[in-house]
Amino acid sequence: MQITDLVIIGAGPAGMAAAATAANAGLHVILLDEQRRPGGQIYRDVDRVAPIRGELLGKDYIDGLPLTAGLDHGNITHISGAVVWSIEEGIRVLYTADGRGGAIEAKRILIATGALERPMPLPGWTLPGVMTAGAAQILLKQSGVLSKNAVLVGSGPLLYLIAAQMIRAGTPPLALVETQTRADFLRALPHLGGALRGWRYLFKGLTMLSEIRRAGVRRYTSATNISIEGETSADGIRFIAGGKPRHIPCDTVLLHHGVVPNTQAARSIDVAHHWDARQHCFVPNLDDWGGTNVETVHIAGDGAGIGGAKAAALAGRLAALKTAADLGAISTIERDTAAKPIRRRIARELAVRPFLDAVFPPAIEATKPADATIICRCEEITAGDIRRHAGIGCVGPNQAKAFSRAGMGPCQGRYCGLTVSSLLAEANSATMDETGYYRIRPPLKPVTLGELAAMGGSVNSATN
Amino acid sequence: MKTASSFLELEEGRPLVPVWFEGRELQLPKGSNLAAAMLAAGVGTFRYTPVSGAPRAPFCMMGACFDCLVEVDGVTRQACMLEVTDGLRLSMPRKGRDVTDADN
Ligand SMILES: Cc1cc2nc3c(=O)[nH]c(=O)nc-3n(C[C@H](O)[C@H](O)[C@H](O)COP(=O)(O)OP(=O)(O)OC[C@H]3O[C@@H](n4cnc5c(N)ncnc54)[C@H](O)[C@@H]3O)c2cc1C
Ligand code: FES
Repeated sequence: MQITDLVIIGAGPAGMAAAATAANAGLHVILLDEQRRPGGQIYRDVDRVAPIRGELLGKDYIDGLPLTAGLDHGNITHISGAVVWSIEEGIRVLYTADGRGGAIEAKRILIATGALERPMPLPGWTLPGVMTAGAAQILLKQSGVLSKNAVLVGSGPLLYLIAAQMIRAGTPPLALVETQTRADFLRALPHLGGALRGWRYLFKGLTMLSEIRRAGVRRYTSATNISIEGETSADGIRFIAGGKPRHIPCDTVLLHHGVVPNTQAARSIDVAHHWDARQHCFVPNLDDWGGTNVETVHIAGDGAGIGGAKAAALAGRLAALKTAADLGAISTIERDTAAKPIRRRIARELAVRPFLDAVFPPAIEATKPADATIICRCEEITAGDIRRHAGIGCVGPNQAKAFSRAGMGPCQGRYCGLTVSSLLAEANSATMDETGYYRIRPPLKPVTLGELAAMGGSVNSATN
Repeated sequence: MKTASSFLELEEGRPLVPVWFEGRELQLPKGSNLAAAMLAAGVGTFRYTPVSGAPRAPFCMMGACFDCLVEVDGVTRQACMLEVTDGLRLSMPRKGRDVTDADN
C-alpha cells in the first residue's frame, strides 16, 4: 500500500490545477487517470497534439498546456492509464494500471472525474456510425480522425465547436439538426443581461456560428421526430423541421445535447446528490470548497455541476487550498486570501451558464423517448419496458434494474441512468429527487482476477 | 488491407504495423488509439451484442459506454482505451464471454 497526502482521481483541468496547487503548498499528491496522457476531455493529449494540430483545434485547446506543465513538480506522481475502480472508507483508492492492481491510502481524496455526454436515446442511436459529438472531438484531438459524411444532431455550444473544427479540417458536416426552439430562446432572454458578464463566451459562440454559415453548412432548428436509419450501420437521418419531413443520407450521426456530471465515483461512496432543475442533472451536495458529506472527500470540476474547463480548474484550486489548510500545510488565513480572487473568477466564468442552460435545453424526445426506443444500450431495454415496470409499481431505478436489468450491463447505467429516472418520475408523477438514481457499487469498472492477483507487485512499482 | 472508411485520417507520419482483427490484417499507425485506428481503417462493426446480436461500434471514445469491446488474448477490453501495438491479435468478444456484469 502506498501512502500519500492527497489522491486526485482525474487529470482534466480540475485535477491538474488541484495537483499543482496542493503540491505548491507542500502536499504530496498522487494523480490517477485512466487515460495515457494528462488533459481530461477538453485538453485530451494536448502535450502531444498541440504542435501537430493546435491551430485547427483552437486556442481553447492549447490553453491546457500550462496545466499539464504544472504537473512537472517533485511532489506530484502522475500514474497514467490507471483505472480507479473502488474507493474505500474515504481514504483508500484501488486502481488497475497495465493489467496490475494498485492501492493507495491518502489523508484526502479529490474526485475530479468530469462529465459524460447526456444520454440521447433516439430511434437508431445504437447503430454503428452513431457516436456522441464528444467522441468525434476525441477522435479528432487524439487521433486526427474525422468523419467524412456526418450530420450533427442536438443542441449546445459543443455542437458548434465540433462543426467549426470539422470545417477548419476541410471536412465540414453535412448539416446541423438542432433541437432548440424559438420558445427556448425567448425563455433564455431574461438571462442575457447576466450572461454579458461572460461576454467572451457569447462572442465565441457567435464567431463559431458565422464560421458555420460561411462554410455553407445547413442548420435546421426546432427539429423533431428525429430517427436514425440503417440496417448494419447508420445510412441516413430523418426528421421534421420547418413543418417539412427531411431526409439526409450520411455515414455518421453525432449526437449531443449537453454534458452531465459523471457521478459514478461519488455515488459509490454514498455522497449525497440532488436534482439541479436548471442543468437538468443530478449534482453532488457540496459546501463552497467542494467538500462532501464524506469528510475526507472533495469534488471539483464538471463532476460537481457543469461549469466548463476554466471553472473546473478554478474549483480544483479551491479544493486543493482547503485540503492544504485541513492538513496544516497552510494557515486558514492563507487559504482564504488565496481563495478570494479565485471565487471572483469562478463567478465570472459561470455568468453565462443560466443563459446557455435555458437556450439549449435537453431535447424532449430524447429525455422522454418513444416506447420502442432502446434506452439501455448494454441490456437493450426500451423506454416502453421501463414504463411498463412503472405501471406495475416500480417507483425507483433500483427496482427497475431488478425487474428489467436496465443499468446492469458493463456501463453501469452511465448512458441510461438519467433516462430511467426521468421515465419513472414521469410515469409516477414524482420528482427526480423522489425518484432518485441507481445505487452504484464498486467495481466502477470491470476488474479481472489477473489484475487483482497482480495487486501486490504494482503497489511498489507505482511509486517510482 | 484498407477498405473504404467513412473516416478521414490526418497524416501524422506514424509507422504502420500489422494488427489482426477477426483474422483480417490491418495496417495501423503504431501507438495510436486502437478504436480510432480501426475506424479509420474501415472496421464498421466491432462486436455483436450478447442480447440481440445487434452490431455495435465505438460510441463514446472515453471508456464509458463499453460498445467498443474487442477480445485481446482471451480478455474482453475497450478498444478506445488501448493503443496499437505491433502484431496485436483481436477478435470480436464471443457471446456469453462479455466482460463481467456490474450486477449490484
Ligand atoms: C467527450 C467530451 C468532450 C468535451 N470536449 C470539450 C471541449 O472541446 N471544449 C469544452 O469547453 N468542453 C468540453 N467538454 C466539457 C468538459 O466536461 C469540460 O470542459 C472539462 O473537460 C471539464 O474538466 P474536468 O477536469 O472537470 O473533467 P475532465 O476533463 O472530463 O477530466 C476527467 C478525467 O477523469 C478521468 N476519469 C474519470 N473516471 C475515472 C476513473 N474511474 N479512473 C480514472 N480516471 C477517471 C477521465 O479519464 C478524465 O481524464 C467535453 C466533455 C466531454 C464529455
Ligand atoms: S467507445 Fe465507449 S467505451 Fe470505448
